[in-house]
Amino acid sequence: MKSQTPWFRLSSLVFGFAFLYIPILSLIVYSFNKSKLVTVWGGFSTQWYGKLLENDQILDAAWLSLRIATVNATGATIIGTFAGLVLARFGQFRGRTMLSAMTTAPLVMPDVITGLSLLLMFVAMEQAFGWPAGRGITTITIAHITLTLSYVTVIVQSRLATLDGSLEEAAMDLGARPARVFLLVTLPIIAPALVSGWLLAFTISLDDLVIASFVSGPGSSTLPMLIYSKVRLGVSPDINALATIMVGLVSLGVMITGYLMFRRERLRQRDMQLASSAA
Amino acid sequence: MTQHHRQAQPPQGERLSAGVQLMLRALQHLPPYRWTQARLARWGVRGRTAVVALPYLWLLLFFLIPFVIVLKISFSATQLSMPPYQPLLQWTGEKLTSLRLNINPGNYLYLWQDSLYGRAFVNSIQVAAVSTLITLLIGYPLAYAIARSSTKWRGVLMMMVILPFWTSFLLRVYAWIGILKNNGLLNNFLIWAGVIDEPVVMLQTNFAVYMGIVYSYLPFMVMPLYANLEKMDLTLLEAAKDLGCRPMRAFFNITLPLSMPGVVAGCMLVFIPAVGEFVIPSLLGPPDSLMIGKVLWTEFFNNRDWPVASAVAIALLIFLVVPIVYFQRAQARTAQAGQA
Repeated sequence: MKSQTPWFRLSSLVFGFAFLYIPILSLIVYSFNKSKLVTVWGGFSTQWYGKLLENDQILDAAWLSLRIATVNATGATIIGTFAGLVLARFGQFRGRTMLSAMTTAPLVMPDVITGLSLLLMFVAMEQAFGWPAGRGITTITIAHITLTLSYVTVIVQSRLATLDGSLEEAAMDLGARPARVFLLVTLPIIAPALVSGWLLAFTISLDDLVIASFVSGPGSSTLPMLIYSKVRLGVSPDINALATIMVGLVSLGVMITGYLMFRRERLRQRDMQLASSAA
Repeated sequence: MTQHHRQAQPPQGERLSAGVQLMLRALQHLPPYRWTQARLARWGVRGRTAVVALPYLWLLLFFLIPFVIVLKISFSATQLSMPPYQPLLQWTGEKLTSLRLNINPGNYLYLWQDSLYGRAFVNSIQVAAVSTLITLLIGYPLAYAIARSSTKWRGVLMMMVILPFWTSFLLRVYAWIGILKNNGLLNNFLIWAGVIDEPVVMLQTNFAVYMGIVYSYLPFMVMPLYANLEKMDLTLLEAAKDLGCRPMRAFFNITLPLSMPGVVAGCMLVFIPAVGEFVIPSLLGPPDSLMIGKVLWTEFFNNRDWPVASAVAIALLIFLVVPIVYFQRAQARTAQAGQA
């Protein structure tokens, strides 16, 4: 009965999505709660948003996290694109297995191990070369790039795998140098993958608590570190307000990107139809 | 009409990429590009090598070598200084013979003798395994239902699965505190519905840890399962039906075995990070919960015992090497299959 009954499919969809969204909705609803007791409804109010905007500590941490996330996403996208290109297009070479292993392992490696190993590395480097002096923004950014470039690599690699190399080969046959082929042919084709890779690297960096806690120094508390220290003391309504803002921004970003890609795809399909009907 | 319109105004995609192309062409003639190319060529480094070298060196330096250092420090003795461990190699005098090697296997002996670490390992594996199973039981029907929906809906539904994954992990775990508290959403609901008379303690139990892991990692389970189920050849099921096979039996004899790569990938993506999970047990679990990630955190931040923390990390890594390599093989196979 299982596979054919729409009932079963419908109920798994309803149950699955209820499970995924009820916790997020509860955060949003209670952020508008007047009462300080988070789960007792005391009337509608936006006071917690006001309180949030007055909290310099949270605003500073958010600004720090946003700066780290931006630099991280850009760096991870550049290095990850190179790695994805190498894995998808360079064929077999000595050390390919090693590169492939090093780009997939961070995807599943527990954060505590990555965080500890990077911290010990930074300490050893400081002892040996005096760089990085102390820990802070630089070390957090390097750690995040190492973590997130794997995600970009996987996205770029799988995007390149779905395309055959014929366009690139054609450009090479016409005499374009490899660097030119990459900049003028490959890069425009995989641009959507780069956008999703950048966004993913950005949100992962904005969200990381464990690795940042290991490699940060005094005075560089990122937003997740601040949230964690507040949340450990219990539920507080201004964190709900913060969560609502973050969920809202991310959903907006994902929807806009999704819409733009959808439109781009539709335009491409229309052009292809026109081209084939003209031929 | 359309043709005319098209000639008058090139499609947006083309206009956009023309601008980008112009920019990229300009980029090629800018001094740094030429200069770097010439400089690299003089050293005998071709463009291709440079492209391989950048990610390779980065990952060697910041991913592989750090593990060697963790291994090294796991054999050092603790000492009151910054950094708080003794160097492995020490010059005690001026002659070459005065080189002392301070290998100290004591950290591992300590892990072995103190039953706390063993129990933490067993408990972490058990919690991760149970959570992975629950995630599979919720994720499989969801992925299946999405993969069998109409093409129009699939994209939207998958985006809805991935969207929570983009929002903060920490805040999603935090949401469960509000739900599972004694006067939280779930208890209030159950009392209202008449199922229970007084609140059941759910927060700070293993149940809460299971819920947190299942909830946070569900998208990781659904994604590979969906990718697998969506590609499945449905004519096999039709053939089974024509030959008189019941849908239930067709599911267990055809769909499930064919989707095993997806099941394995999803389970690995949940199980491996869940074993070392820190945030979920520390926010939702019992205060004395023995999860290995939490133990490592405590050794490092509270006890400031870097060598023991490193030994815990190495032990965890040795345990996880088998599933990680298994996952990588599967991942590489999938990538290869996609290319073929």
